[in-house]
Amino acid sequence: MAKIIGAVVVDEEKCKGCNVCVNECIHDVLALHKEVNSYGYHYSYMKNSDKCIGCANCGLVCPDTCITIYRAKV
Amino acid sequence: MELIDIIKQENIVYKKSKVLNDVVMHYCPGCSHGTVQKVIAELIEELDLQERAIGVAPVGCSVFIYNYIEVDWQEAAHGRAPAVATGISRLNPDKFVFTYQGDGDLASIGSGETLHACNRGENILIIFINNGIYGMTGGQMAPTTIEGMVTSTTPFGRNAELNGHPLKITELIAKLPGTSYVTRQSVHTAAAVRKCKKAIKKGIQNVLEKKGTSFVEVVSTCNSGWKMTPVAANKWMEENMFPFYPLGDLKDDIKDEPASKN
Repeated sequence: MAKIIGAVVVDEEKCKGCNVCVNECIHDVLALHKEVNSYGYHYSYMKNSDKCIGCANCGLVCPDTCITIYRAKV
Repeated sequence: MELIDIIKQENIVYKKSKVLNDVVMHYCPGCSHGTVQKVIAELIEELDLQERAIGVAPVGCSVFIYNYIEVDWQEAAHGRAPAVATGISRLNPDKFVFTYQGDGDLASIGSGETLHACNRGENILIIFINNGIYGMTGGQMAPTTIEGMVTSTTPFGRNAELNGHPLKITELIAKLPGTSYVTRQSVHTAAAVRKCKKAIKKGIQNVLEKKGTSFVEVVSTCNSGWKMTPVAANKWMEENMFPFYPLGDLKDDIKDEPASKN
C-alpha cells in the first residue's frame, strides 16, 4: 500500500514560537524546541518526523508564514 | 525514505506566497493579523491580481500591511479607509480596491464612513478584523468589546450600564441595500482559515463583477492585549466571542453556492 510521508520545514529565524501550529497538529509531529533563535523565541520543529503526513494544517494557521510543507508518496 | 528525499522542490504542497514580502512581520506571536494577511496575499496570487489590486491601509497595528503585501497601497486617515477607497475605485474602475481595517478603525472612529460607503454600494471589499480591543494603544475597550470582557480601561469587565452595549456593526451593515455579501469568519484553526479564504475569494469576485460592497469580518484574537498565550486566546475566543459574534454568512445576494457552510 502506498504510504504518504510529509515533511515540515520551519524558518527558525522567522518563527515566533506562538505554539499555534503545535496545537493544530493532530499527529503530534511538531513541538517547540528547547533552544531559542536570535530573537529569543523557542522555534517550532519536527519532533516526530515519521508521523507527518503533510496535511499542511500547520502551514495554514501559521501567522508568520514561516512553514513550508513537502509531501511524497512512497 | 529519508527526510532529505522528501524535501525537494517538486514535493512542495504549501509555501509562502510570492505576493508576501520577505520580511518578518512586526505582529506579536500568534496574532491573527498575520494569518489574514497571508490569506489575502495567497488569493491575490491565485487570482492574478497583483497588478490590479490597490489596498487602503488603516490606522492601528495593521497599518504596516503595506510593508508585507506587494501591491499598491494608500494610507488613509484614521477610520477614513472606505472613503479613500471610494475615490480610488471610482477613478480606477478596472482596479480591485480593498480596505483592511481593525475594529478601532472601522467600528469606532470610522463607523460613519463605513456605513455610508456600504450604503452607497461602492465596489470595494472591506476586510474587518474584530478582536474586541484597541490592540496597538494598550488594550483599551473598543465598541466591539463584549460584555464582561476585561480590558485596561474596564478592569472589572465591560458593564453595559456604565460602558454601553457592544456594537455588532456587521449586522448593521448586512441591513444596508448597497452590500452584496456580508459574512463573519475566523482564522483560529486550519478549517476556519480555509473557510475564511473561500469567503474572501467570493468577496473579491463580487467586487470584480461590480456587484456592490463586500464585507468580510474576521473575529480575531489579540493575545497580548487580552493578556493570554496565543493558544489560550484562541480557546477564549471560541468560548466567549463566538456566542456573541456567531460565524457564518449574514447576507448573500448572489444566490449560487454559499461561500461557507458554518
